[in-house]
Amino acid sequence: MRNTAITLAAFLLAAGAAHAQTMPSDVVFEDGAVAQSLTGVPGDPANGRAVFKNRKKGNCLACHVNSDLADEQFHGEIGPPLDGVAERYTEAELRGIIVNAKMVFEDTIMPAFYRVDGLNRVLKKFQGKTILTAQEVEDVVAYLMTLK
Amino acid sequence: MIRKALHAAVSLVLSGALALPLTAEEHISEILINEEIPITVRTEAPPYVEGLDEIMSGWLFRSEETQALQLDDFDNPSFVFVDQGMDLFNKVEGTAGKSCAACHQDLGEFAGLRASLPRVEDGKIVTMEDLINECRVERMGAEPWKWTSTQMTSVNALISMQSRGMPVNVKVDGEARPFWEKGKELYYTRFGQLDLACANCHENNYGNMIRADRLSQGQINGFPTYRLKNAKLNAVQARFKGCMKNIRAEPFKVGSEEFKALELYLASRGNGLSVEAPSVRN
Repeated sequence: MRNTAITLAAFLLAAGAAHAQTMPSDVVFEDGAVAQSLTGVPGDPANGRAVFKNRKKGNCLACHVNSDLADEQFHGEIGPPLDGVAERYTEAELRGIIVNAKMVFEDTIMPAFYRVDGLNRVLKKFQGKTILTAQEVEDVVAYLMTLK
Repeated sequence: MIRKALHAAVSLVLSGALALPLTAEEHISEILINEEIPITVRTEAPPYVEGLDEIMSGWLFRSEETQALQLDDFDNPSFVFVDQGMDLFNKVEGTAGKSCAACHQDLGEFAGLRASLPRVEDGKIVTMEDLINECRVERMGAEPWKWTSTQMTSVNALISMQSRGMPVNVKVDGEARPFWEKGKELYYTRFGQLDLACANCHENNYGNMIRADRLSQGQINGFPTYRLKNAKLNAVQARFKGCMKNIRAEPFKVGSEEFKALELYLASRGNGLSVEAPSVRN
């Protein structure tokens, strides 16, 4: 309930600032990178950190080690560790990888966090929905940019 | 009751434990159950499994505590259900006034059956559940059981364990071929909001931790399987359903042509491992 309210508030804020939110099908990639913010609202790294570890949101620790969250038990081994990730990728590249990592790594296991097209038999309650909202993507990007 | 409490204690200990299944890295290829039944838990992959050199039982990927539970039938919680399966096997039901045992006096006659299932007969895939329900409906005049019911998995386990230690050997050619091909296609198809195929986790990432869980090869030679997570015997297709929900996909129906084809294909990926039913997993 509270999350919905926050999301709604973020959305209204974005709309109020006259920044149209980019729809999943309208995201523009260039060499796998997405230069433009999805919302025009600067990402909030603190919320990004929360989204990152939330198992129903980013659930990023399922696959990645991240020393910044060392207090959380059990980091996955599927993807590369994210320590210092901001030194390896630009903000635009990180945004592109989160929106749809397959644009860079063709056969990756990593889910696309902001995509609704081209998916198969999506569970009813998730149909037409992205894993993260546009602002949550921006928040996670802002958080990852702090990992230096 | 005491047994139940003990199980709860075991699962609590395990969920907090850091013990890693080192046997996945070591080269254990055989284990002994009850100090007498040899089980092949690692062997060369069948030639048609292009993505794997070696096939490995899920047993290898579990913690030492979980592994130990399967090594002795007195410790294996599945046997509470196998006992129930035995009662059901002897229970007279239906209009013909017969029990399973009325026709099948010697359980030993089932040796080899689990190892060869699913199989294709007259253009249809036949699973253990199909065979059990066929007997119930056509020969006993009884109601069929739901595929994932406790009755079904218990009797399935009782019959399956007659093949324990025998190599899985399902047919992949002849009449089975088109069904096998369909199962293979499903195995490599991405599904759900998370857009994952079976292969992404169980062929390309087995052995790796996904958060607190170690990914296995998804071999099904141990089904029906007692899971510490839900403290019951689990049917293989119930597991398929669980996996699909995990990746936020609309599952196929238990007993559907899709799941039967997938079961046939997955069984074939384990040809050469031993039947382990009833196994213990987390």
